[in-house]
Amino acid sequence: MKGWLLALVQTGLLAFGAPFLAGWVKWIKCRLQSRQGPPPWQPYRDLLRLFGKEVVVAEAASPIFRIAPYVVFSVTALACSVVPMVAIGLPTAAIADVIVLVGFFALGRFFLALAGMDVGTSFGGMGSSREMTIASLAEPAMLLGVFTLAMTVRSTNLASMIGYLIEQPFQLYPSFVFAAMGLVLVAVAETGRIPVDNPATHLELTMVHEAMILEFSGRHLALMEWGAMLKLMIYSVLLCNLFLPWGVAVDFAPLSLLIGLGAITLKLLLLGTALAVAETGLAKMRLFRVPQYLGLAFILCLLGMLSHVILEVN
Amino acid sequence: MPLSLAFTAVGAALLSGLLPLVRPGSNAAARLIAFPLLGISGIFGMIAGGMALGNTQSDSIVLPVGLPWLHSHLQLDPLAGFFLAVVSLVTLVAAIYGPAYVREYEQGPQPLLPLTLFTGLFVAGMQLVLLAADAFSFMIAWELMSVTSYFLVAYQHQHEVNRRAAFIYLLMAQVGGLFILLGYGVLSGFGHGFDFAHMAAATLSPGWSSVAFLLAFVGFGMKAGVVPLHVWLPQAHPVAPSHISALMSGVMLKVAVYGFIRFSYDLLGGIHWQWGALVLFVGSASAILGVLYALMQHDLKRLLAYHSVENIGIIYMGLGLSMIFAGTGHQALAALGLIAALYHCLNHALFKSLLFFGAGVVLQQSHEHDLEKMGGLIRRLPVTATCFLVGCISISALPPFNGFVSEWLTFQTALQGPVLENNILGALIPVAAAVLALTGALAAACFVKVFGICFLGLPRSEKSAAATETTPGPLAGQIVLAVLCLLFGVLPTWTVGQLEHIARLFFPGGMPETTAHGWLWLTPVSSQVASYGAPLVLLGIGLAWVLAWLWMHPRRRRFPVRRAPAWDCGFGPLNARMQYTATAFTMPIRRIFRPVWPITESYRAPTAEEQGGRYQLKIGDWAWLKVYEPIGRLLLTTARRMAMIQGGNIRAYLAYSFFTLIVLLLVVSL
Repeated sequence: MKGWLLALVQTGLLAFGAPFLAGWVKWIKCRLQSRQGPPPWQPYRDLLRLFGKEVVVAEAASPIFRIAPYVVFSVTALACSVVPMVAIGLPTAAIADVIVLVGFFALGRFFLALAGMDVGTSFGGMGSSREMTIASLAEPAMLLGVFTLAMTVRSTNLASMIGYLIEQPFQLYPSFVFAAMGLVLVAVAETGRIPVDNPATHLELTMVHEAMILEFSGRHLALMEWGAMLKLMIYSVLLCNLFLPWGVAVDFAPLSLLIGLGAITLKLLLLGTALAVAETGLAKMRLFRVPQYLGLAFILCLLGMLSHVILEVN
Repeated sequence: MPLSLAFTAVGAALLSGLLPLVRPGSNAAARLIAFPLLGISGIFGMIAGGMALGNTQSDSIVLPVGLPWLHSHLQLDPLAGFFLAVVSLVTLVAAIYGPAYVREYEQGPQPLLPLTLFTGLFVAGMQLVLLAADAFSFMIAWELMSVTSYFLVAYQHQHEVNRRAAFIYLLMAQVGGLFILLGYGVLSGFGHGFDFAHMAAATLSPGWSSVAFLLAFVGFGMKAGVVPLHVWLPQAHPVAPSHISALMSGVMLKVAVYGFIRFSYDLLGGIHWQWGALVLFVGSASAILGVLYALMQHDLKRLLAYHSVENIGIIYMGLGLSMIFAGTGHQALAALGLIAALYHCLNHALFKSLLFFGAGVVLQQSHEHDLEKMGGLIRRLPVTATCFLVGCISISALPPFNGFVSEWLTFQTALQGPVLENNILGALIPVAAAVLALTGALAAACFVKVFGICFLGLPRSEKSAAATETTPGPLAGQIVLAVLCLLFGVLPTWTVGQLEHIARLFFPGGMPETTAHGWLWLTPVSSQVASYGAPLVLLGIGLAWVLAWLWMHPRRRRFPVRRAPAWDCGFGPLNARMQYTATAFTMPIRRIFRPVWPITESYRAPTAEEQGGRYQLKIGDWAWLKVYEPIGRLLLTTARRMAMIQGGNIRAYLAYSFFTLIVLLLVVSL
């Protein structure tokens, strides 16, 4: 019972912490570009404002358009509940392993892309086409990276993976280094950040994610935006906890939970800063450079896999 | 008991084909007699199959028919029972779907009679293949299945494409049949008998058993449609009536998979891991090439046919993994791979039939088979669209639907690669898993294209703007399958528990851990390694949905949804031609994977005389260009050379006979 309660609290933390992370990245980015920038809690205000607004739906839109925000949000919210953020050993972690997690994202993306095509605008179709193309290259790279970790720890269960890594004395596996680099590249692509996509742009010819949600407004838009923030949060938490697992609580004692919370907050703030620095320093790529970028991610993950098989299996 | 039920099923299927012959002129009689009997056959077959699946004892009988020295052996064990249930389930749904669907053909030039006759015989043939327990009955039933389906493909023979497709299908079915026959020949030569019991008892040297395996692999692979033996599939499936496409793609390919499993696991036994590596490689190639070719198709049914190639590839990947583990002595993992493959057989039968049924309704109601002319059909055909969406989600392997479970199980099997002592193999297997991931992601892209272009947006032609929803019969058929897709996705533990009976036939240990943690949890290897709580996933999504909905409720009261013209960045009124097309949607993928297809692309700029440019894009199939056309040319040249001896001169023929006689005498005297 205590476990389920904690799982609920942790899901809430992830869900309600996500806008802050998005705001934090934006704030740091603005500071780096010598701008004042909105405060990190600005996304909360934006979401609240959107929730309080009227919904305008295009005349040609079908029911898919109206259920898509709910599907995208509920699937992402469910994904939040299986990601170990503060503590491992929560009962919800067993619902889905990392392959199912990738499946959740794919389901959300499926509906997002359908919603983009629903109204019949060119922008929507363009966004959906690009999103599905990028995703179809990113997904195998991501799974290959995850498989590399899974083969070392002999599990695809996120909680068991992190648990195994905490117990081990610190050891720099070459496969982990490769997989980490590959997964970082994939995470950037999957969450639609520079250099693959630019969350701040509304320039017609470059947008991917924004093109699909162009026709959304009001509470529907809020759910879509929140879903995107959740995705950024989940990927960040995964990267932090898989590759720097220190501090994650292994039992439910109040002190270790507190340490876990502090550790993940610190890690996320650092990762957000790193993301902001990278986004400031890089330019967005042309769409047809993205396959090369994701190809690199795939090769890195493959190298990780091979180095695991060649060097680490005994 | 199960066997007599199965006989009833076969009998009902035969009757459904033959009984309408008594009133040859009447279409209505054909329809009213054939389909109910087909449905009865489906029900009995399902019960028989279900009972046999639970039975540990296999039910067998020897009928005094067939050759004088070889009576017909029939048996029903869990493996045959499972496939019988799958065949019969789809047959039952086709019987619900069919009557209203074939009404359209009554206005056509053909009478309905050939359709119902050959459908009945076709179903009976498939059921008999599963029941056969000796090579002779097997081949008879197999040929019955092949030849009757040829007539079904050629049903609308007034179109030349249909005749050509049917001919290629028949040709390849016959060549495949020959390979299977040779495979059985090897086994019976060593086993001194034509019945399966003798063949299974045969002891073969590794060389001969590999020869037999390869013969069976090619023979059954030709029917199943693995790359590069798949070329008949995208030609034959689109031209058959849709409920027949569903039966052929959803079920007949599974019968080929059954034959392959029966031959290699049961009759041949003693599996070598090298066979598994071959099967895994061919399966991976089929999966990835199938989906890439499917992406480029714009004919709805041809696209679905290429997806059959992909899904057969996924099934073969599961089988390949299972064989690798079986050959290296990892029994539990071999069982897991086999179960993943069988589960995918069931899933593919469900969602592919569903999609073909949906495609049939779309074709019939919009009179378009080109995706580029559809659009906005979700408003015209709401129920069909919903069911089709379920099919799209299932085939794209998205949770919590059924396609995901079997792919997840295949992933889990592949991830156990490191237990192998052979490091290279251990490294290659996860790469196969990456190929599977790529396949799944591309399939999702393809079905976003299909659903988005066909059902969403604005109608791209007047005919699709005028489409109307179909009658209750076809709708009921689709709804049943859609519900089953969800059920088999949410209750995987029960399903895997049932499939374990089959795995125990070949791997007596089974998989003790998989279903050990109650009906909620699926834990293929152990609960530490991986777990999937499918019912909880559905519950979780539902819960999050309800919470979001409740949170929105007061706002919905205050601001009801307002309808307005699309915003589209303020670019002004939309029309249907401004939408993204299927060609445009897949353009980035076409550019990235360019060498995969033979593409000819041409563009002519507008000139003074001709307004508007002209863009042409043709996408072929390398297998056709690089494998079949050379073989065809070689055959033709050889035939032409051989024709030189046919001078038409009687004296020459007499001389041939004379010299042949002398040569024979020489041979005999030596």
